[in-house]
Amino acid sequence: MQYLLLIYAEQRTEVPPQDQLEAEMAEWFAYTEDVRKSGVYVDGNALEPVNTATTVRLKAGERVVTDGPFAETREVLGGYYLIDVPDLDTALDWAAKCPGAKYGSMEIRPITVFDQG
Amino acid sequence: MSGWAADPAEAVFREEWGRLLATLVRWVGDFDLAEEVAADAIAAAVERWPVDGVPEKPGAWLLTTARRRAVDILRRRQNYAAKLAVLKVEAERDELVRLSAPAAGSAGSGADVIGDDRLRLFFTCCHPALVAEARVALTLRYLAGLSTAQVARAFLVPEGTMAQRLVRAKQKIGKAGIPYRVPSATELPGRLPAVLSVVYVVFTEAYAASNGAALIRPELADEAIRLARILHRLLPAEAEVTGLLALLLLVDARREARVDGDGDLVLLEDQDRSRWDQNKIAEGRSLVLEALRHRPPGPYALQAAIAAVHDEASSADTTDWVQIVGLYDVLRATAPSPIVDLNRAVAIAMAHGPAAGLGLLDELADGGALDRFHPLHAARGRLLDRLGRPAEAITAYRRAVELCGNDAERAFLLRCLGAAEGRAAAG
Repeated sequence: MQYLLLIYAEQRTEVPPQDQLEAEMAEWFAYTEDVRKSGVYVDGNALEPVNTATTVRLKAGERVVTDGPFAETREVLGGYYLIDVPDLDTALDWAAKCPGAKYGSMEIRPITVFDQG
Repeated sequence: MSGWAADPAEAVFREEWGRLLATLVRWVGDFDLAEEVAADAIAAAVERWPVDGVPEKPGAWLLTTARRRAVDILRRRQNYAAKLAVLKVEAERDELVRLSAPAAGSAGSGADVIGDDRLRLFFTCCHPALVAEARVALTLRYLAGLSTAQVARAFLVPEGTMAQRLVRAKQKIGKAGIPYRVPSATELPGRLPAVLSVVYVVFTEAYAASNGAALIRPELADEAIRLARILHRLLPAEAEVTGLLALLLLVDARREARVDGDGDLVLLEDQDRSRWDQNKIAEGRSLVLEALRHRPPGPYALQAAIAAVHDEASSADTTDWVQIVGLYDVLRATAPSPIVDLNRAVAIAMAHGPAAGLGLLDELADGGALDRFHPLHAARGRLLDRLGRPAEAITAYRRAVELCGNDAERAFLLRCLGAAEGRAAAG
C-alpha cells in the first residue's frame, strides 16, 4: 500500500542558531537516506512556506481563489514523503522515525486505489 | 440472569463466535464477508444440530461450514482467485496443526490455532489508530459476539448510530491498512495497554453505569470478565493481563452486596460481606499474587492488590487502611491521576481520621480537574458530615446530586442530603 506521510509543524517565528539548523538538516538528510535505502521511498518534497499557498474552491461553478491555506491552524503542512509499505503499522514506524514527528506531527494517509476493472 | 440471552443456544454460539470470526477474518481478510459466513454457519447449526445431534467438535464443524460458504461466495465474485487460494492453504495448514496437536479438551475447537487468531482480532479491534469508542464497540461486537443492537444498548445509543460507528471503524481498518496480526514482542508493551483498557472500560461501564437507571449491568460485567479470561489464557506471562483479570474478579465479587433489595446503592463499609462471592475472591487473590511478582508492579496489579485488601477484611473497621494508603502511594508514583489522588484521600480519611482526608479533598476540589466529578463532592460531603459540619456537607451533596448521571447513585446521594438537612435542622 502507498501512504502519504504529511509533515506538519508550527511555523518558525525566528531563525534558529546556525549550529542547531545544521544539526536538524543532518537529521532530515539521514532520514531521507534511510527511507530511500530501505526501498519504500516513492516520492517526497519539502514545500515552500505556507504564505506562498493559494486555495481554490468552486462555488456554483465559479472559481473562488483565496490567499493562504483553507484552514487557520497553528501547524502547517511543510512537506511530505510518499512511501510504499505493507500496512499501517509499518507506515507508522516510518512516520515516527521522521524528524517531523519530533518537531511537530505526522499525518498518515493511505493513497486511494481506484478499481480499474 | 443475563438480560439478553433469552435463548440458551445463544450463549453457546456467543462463545464460539469470537473464535470463528477471528479465523475467518484471517482467511478472507474482510470483516463483512467473515461475519456473513459465520452467521450462515450458526444458522445452519441451529437447523441441523437438533436433528443430527451436536457434533463432537462444534467449533470445527462451524468453521468448516463457514469456510465452504466463503468459498462458494468468493467463487461467484470475480477477481477473488488470490483470496480463494489463501483460504485453501490456510485451511489445510490449520487442519494439519489440529490433527497433529494432542487431543485437547472434549469440546475442543482446535483451540491453539484459533486462540492465536483471537489474539490477532483483539489487537486489530483495539488498534490505537481507531477512536476509543470504536475500539470498545468492535471488541464487543466481534470478540464478545454481541449483536449490534446489544452493543448499542450497552452504550445507550440508537442502533443506527452504533451500526454507523461499526461501519466507519471497519472501513478505517480496511482502507488505512490496519494489519491483522499480533504485535511483535518489542511492540507488545506499547500496544497491550490499549487492549486492556478496552476490557476495563467495558467493566467500569457495567459497574458504574455513567447513565441510566440500573447501577450494575451484570451482563456487561460478565462479558468483560470473559474477555479478560480469554486474554489471560492467550497471554499468560503478561503480568498486567493477570492483574486486570484479578482486579475485575476482586471487584465483581462484591456485586450482590453492592445493591440492596430496592436496587439502592450500598457503600462498601455497609455491605453484607457474607454475600461476597468467595470463589471469585479466592481466584482473584491467587492471580494478584502472581501479577505482583512482576517488578515493578503495573497499575492493574496494584489496583487489584487494593481490592484484595478490601475483600480480605471482615468489616470496614478491620480493613488494613494503612496498607491501602501505601498501595495508593505506589500507584500514584506508577500511574498518577486525579482519581488515584481522590481514592488515596478517602483511604487516608479512613486510616487517620476525616480531617486528614478532607484537607486533601479540598486541595483536589481547588485544583479543578475533578470539579465536575460527582464522587469527589460526595466524598467531601461524607467527611464534612462525619466532622459534624452539616451545612457544608449539604452544599457538597447538592453539587454531587447535580452532577450525577445514574439514577440509583442519585437516589443514594439524595438520602445522604436529606439526612444532613435533618441534622442541620436539629443542630
